[in-house]
Amino acid sequence: MRSRKKILQEIPLFIMLAPAVILVLIYSYAPMAGIVMAFQRVLPGKGIFGSPWVGWDNFTFVLEMPTFLQVLWNTIFIAGMKAIAGIVVPVTVALMLNNVTSHAFKRTVQTVIYLPHFLSWVILAGIFIDILAPSDGVVNQVLGLVGIKPIFFLGNDKVFPWTMVATDVWKSFGFGTIVYLAALTDIDPTLYEAAVMDGATRWQQTMYITLPGISGTIIMLTTLSLGNILNAGFDQIFNLYSPLVYRTGDIIDTLVYRTGILNNQYGVATAVGLFKSVVSLLLIGIAYKLAAKFADYKIF
Amino acid sequence: MNKKIVRLPFFQNIVNLLVLAIIALVCAFPIIHTLALSLSSASAASSGRVTIWPVEFTTQSYSFVLENPAFLKSFGVSLLRVLVGVPVNMLLTVLVAYPLSRSIKEFRLRDGFAWFFLITVLFSGGLIPWYMVIRQTGLIDSFWALIIPGALPVFNVILLVNSFRNIPKELEEAAAMDGAGHWTILFKILLPMSMPILATLTLFVAVAHWNAWFDGLILMNSPDKYPLQSYLQTVIINPDPRFLTERDLALLQMISNRTTRAAQIFIAMIPIMAIYPFLQRYFVTGIKLGSVKG
Repeated sequence: MRSRKKILQEIPLFIMLAPAVILVLIYSYAPMAGIVMAFQRVLPGKGIFGSPWVGWDNFTFVLEMPTFLQVLWNTIFIAGMKAIAGIVVPVTVALMLNNVTSHAFKRTVQTVIYLPHFLSWVILAGIFIDILAPSDGVVNQVLGLVGIKPIFFLGNDKVFPWTMVATDVWKSFGFGTIVYLAALTDIDPTLYEAAVMDGATRWQQTMYITLPGISGTIIMLTTLSLGNILNAGFDQIFNLYSPLVYRTGDIIDTLVYRTGILNNQYGVATAVGLFKSVVSLLLIGIAYKLAAKFADYKIF
Repeated sequence: MNKKIVRLPFFQNIVNLLVLAIIALVCAFPIIHTLALSLSSASAASSGRVTIWPVEFTTQSYSFVLENPAFLKSFGVSLLRVLVGVPVNMLLTVLVAYPLSRSIKEFRLRDGFAWFFLITVLFSGGLIPWYMVIRQTGLIDSFWALIIPGALPVFNVILLVNSFRNIPKELEEAAAMDGAGHWTILFKILLPMSMPILATLTLFVAVAHWNAWFDGLILMNSPDKYPLQSYLQTVIINPDPRFLTERDLALLQMISNRTTRAAQIFIAMIPIMAIYPFLQRYFVTGIKLGSVKG
């Protein structure tokens, strides 16, 4: 009797969940089932049910692609560099801002550096393609003033990965800075008072109070970024790369796009996508375990 | 209480301020430069005389862009996308967050459903199966392809669940005593108390809809159904001749000019800048309220 009443009470909860559950089943779970394409030679018009099974052929094909390992390396390299820069720059800027006494100045700087976070990579790519152009781009004009020869930021495959790291920092360090600033304001000010009493220098205060105070946030964000090591930033690279820089700039996601959407090799593209999903899932699992251990972080 | 106990010595302070000012300038410069370009004459722009100030001021490129039907059409698609997509996102977020914010005692399947949604964040079928499902459900070339597949922002659900859980239980218990059901508790008690986080999430999904370009690009076959960002992607970043008609090609010739490109980019930024003060105000509130303390 009691449990029947309980079930009745839970009915509204099921009604609330129903629309979302249906949508997620169709647009998230059905694609997961579509992973079987990774083991098929998908024929146009035949779909999942009519295409022949080919076992691991798609995966062998991918591994034998001359470019695949290079693409994997590019992905890890670009994502890794972005992760490192994505810690160092925001933490540094947050520490610097924390030393500013003028509220107006602090606020102005924050406002300016945070804006690019909300602009899409299409817009930013439009801007960067213009200002980074080798001949008439304003950046190379400025470099020319100090005697540096024009650099083809987006067309030279030695420079391209670093251009990606730099422009990514440009877009996202303001966001990171604000997160770290929020962590800094949570540090107990009496700690500094005590340190000053004891004659601690400015540097010592930073090393022994400020950094330990935000180390939880740093560790948390760092470990969580581990799960993103195969996400080198599709939106950014897709809008800024070109065949000139495929050698160092092609990443897993752009490879999937070109083989799948442009060349219609559905089976191969799904196989690469599956590889990425599985590795990412493993890394996310490890990252959450680490984050839970070191920073007491829980997602739910 | 004096919070600023420690001050930098005079000289270090000056250096600190100077470096920060330079960083801010580096951030602002590309955007100011784009604005300056868009307001300069075509000849000044192509001869590279524009830095941060318009040279030979003119609003010509803006009138040119605003007379371009394809641009206006895609701007309209984007506006519609935000107006339809944001309410859909928010409604689903709220409806999912409430059951998941209940305790196991109240809702025995709570953890099962939580994982059901969480798994979609952790694992996905990848681009190709996703594309094929959308094609199977008949959404290719339909406006709804921009709304329905991404209708539930799971990450926002997590933030809202955490925020609901921080609201004192006593209020709900008192209401439940008076016979209030789940719908009443959600809409009369929890939602009115969650305005800051709801505002934050609304702004976030609005920005996400405005900025989305990839779905429009691959799910729409005809460019006249592109949202603005997808349209800009095709005309500015990556002119793809396969998608262009002769008329588009002719148009492309005319607009492949620096000042009109800059004007289009700047117009696409305006809505974001218009809500930017609110974004900024709610952001810190947002991360604190939804912050992960399960």
